[in-house]
Amino acid sequence: MSLLKYESQVREPLVDGSKTYHDVTEDICKPVEAAPSRLWWIGFIISVALLLFGVVSLYEEVVYGTGMWNLNKTIGWGWDITNFVWWVGIGHAGTLISAILLLFRQGWRTGVNRAAEAMTIFAVICAGQFPIWHMGRVWMAFFVMPYPNTRGPLWVNFNSPLLWDVFAISTYFTVSLLFWYSGLIPDMATLRDRAKKKWAKLFYGVASFGWTGSTKHWQRHESLSLVLAGLSTPLVLSVHTIVSFDFATSVIPGWHTTIFPPYFVAGAIFSGFAMVQTLMLVTRKVMHLEDYITISHIENMNKVIVLTGSIVGCAYLTELFMAWYSAVKYEQDIFFKYRIAGPYGWSYWLMMTCNVITPQLFWSKKLRRNIAFTFLMSVVVNIGMWFERFVIIVSSLYRDYLPSSWSVYYRPTIWEVGFYLGSFGLFFTCYFLFSKYFPVIAIAEIKHILKKSGESFKEAMDPLEEQTVEEFAHDHVHAH
Amino acid sequence: MSVKKFVVGCFDDEKTLFPAVKNSRKAGYKIHDVYTPFPVHGLDHAMGLRETSLHTAGFIYALTGTTTALSFMSWVFTKDWPMNIGGKPHLPLPAFIPIIFELTVLCSAVGMVLTFCYLSQLAPFVKKDHFHLRATDDLFVMPIEVTEKTNLEEVKSFLQSAGAVEVFEKEAETGWWVGRYDSDKKMFEKEEIVTA
Repeated sequence: MSLLKYESQVREPLVDGSKTYHDVTEDICKPVEAAPSRLWWIGFIISVALLLFGVVSLYEEVVYGTGMWNLNKTIGWGWDITNFVWWVGIGHAGTLISAILLLFRQGWRTGVNRAAEAMTIFAVICAGQFPIWHMGRVWMAFFVMPYPNTRGPLWVNFNSPLLWDVFAISTYFTVSLLFWYSGLIPDMATLRDRAKKKWAKLFYGVASFGWTGSTKHWQRHESLSLVLAGLSTPLVLSVHTIVSFDFATSVIPGWHTTIFPPYFVAGAIFSGFAMVQTLMLVTRKVMHLEDYITISHIENMNKVIVLTGSIVGCAYLTELFMAWYSAVKYEQDIFFKYRIAGPYGWSYWLMMTCNVITPQLFWSKKLRRNIAFTFLMSVVVNIGMWFERFVIIVSSLYRDYLPSSWSVYYRPTIWEVGFYLGSFGLFFTCYFLFSKYFPVIAIAEIKHILKKSGESFKEAMDPLEEQTVEEFAHDHVHAH
Repeated sequence: MSVKKFVVGCFDDEKTLFPAVKNSRKAGYKIHDVYTPFPVHGLDHAMGLRETSLHTAGFIYALTGTTTALSFMSWVFTKDWPMNIGGKPHLPLPAFIPIIFELTVLCSAVGMVLTFCYLSQLAPFVKKDHFHLRATDDLFVMPIEVTEKTNLEEVKSFLQSAGAVEVFEKEAETGWWVGRYDSDKKMFEKEEIVTA
């Protein structure tokens, strides 16, 4: 019966090696149960050190104000909002992989979805820091919530894209967390039932919520995953759309464009997949998970990168065309005098090189399947995407309508750079803890696809391939 | 919530599990549940479970979110504190769309997850009896409830002939209790009757 769960031989197996269910459990749980390696400690300590540097930088900012970041009246959004958009963008890949690819029935998502979702959550946590601390008087951050207050009550402005952002980011964070954790519960139960040490029994026991694997619970779990995927799909698209509204609904030349939502969403997926690649390539190597995150997984993600990179490139060119075609003097000046040329011209061309030109190399299958090249490209893409946000924000601000308020050059201070490095510290501290104490691959989901997409089951399909239609029908068609 | 006695059959392949489930139902055995390491499609139907209505609950939560957001923002901008923002309308529906959408998704997701946890009795520090530790690894575990009519040996030999790799008897608590997995405390300790 199970032989008839047929999958084409053209598709590469999603799980290499002839594995049984128990092998899958072993392979994924082993690194979690082993003591942390020296490499892990080094990485973890560096991350915590960066995080602490970020805390010191934030202390400076909170005590002395946002002026510590070199922001001025003209360039009011600098590295901080650039970093915010960059991290939010990175935080799009996880939910895209787990939600949209689930709806599209892309089996390969199972190898990478758990880690990608974790990455999403950590990236959104990092992103959230920037607008919050950018408020300056951060102790008043709760003013963004619509709560009955003693000032009237004076409500927040529901027409403001900045408030939409508050709702979008917090909803996205909550839903991603729920989606990720509901998927984790069965795998935590697997770890709980294997645990030998007392602390592990306690920790995984608490974290697995008393999961038993009952059929009824699985049935509800499947329904929950499917609906959460359905909800997350428009949510992913809405979040970066709303982030792009922060810019698009203003009247600043270079921001006031209608292509921003799709352009930002494509950019977000682009950078998110690049970050997934960066993390996955290291994780699979260090944790010996090459059988689960195979070259074909990497190639698939590279295909998404080349597609979204091309969409982003198309958007850049459209912007230039529309600036010229609109015949609006300010638009034309921003794009042709101050963006692709002028003191910030170098950042525009860096962005173009990293985001549009180099990803085109991924049209070559050989390069798509080359691990070292993929790793290099994943870093290049994220540098490019950081510069994209920097170009959009700073090059539109530094020379606006009034030449008297032009700001010649904006340089971040060590405290603004420190805040950015601190967000890396936060991100990697979380990721290191996750990869050590949580199953980085969705164990139950891998077992679910094992019998149709695992290598041994592909091989079992070989004799079927040799058969003629008559033989196949004779063997497998039963009269009902 | 009581302690019951079960005959537990453990299977290591779906191929043997499905006929076993079918035949035990045919034989009139009371399948308590089947514990599987991953969702086995079609098993719920084979066991005769009804479809879950969790998604309907999700839809209702979603509608709650939609109406909350829409009515609250409309109330604020038209009744509680109408503001003239550059002469724009007091009820700018298009500008409400993002928040309405976000709240719809938020309420649906949070509500569904809470309902899921409530229905399946899942929460931190919830402890349940497990029939086999490998039920979360590679075994499909099917406990059959023992009633006064059950012939123990017959059920055991049935499970063995159905292809179970392990068959054993076990008394288990069917409910849940507050407990930790690093200690063996049960909900009800069996009281030793001390006779003088």
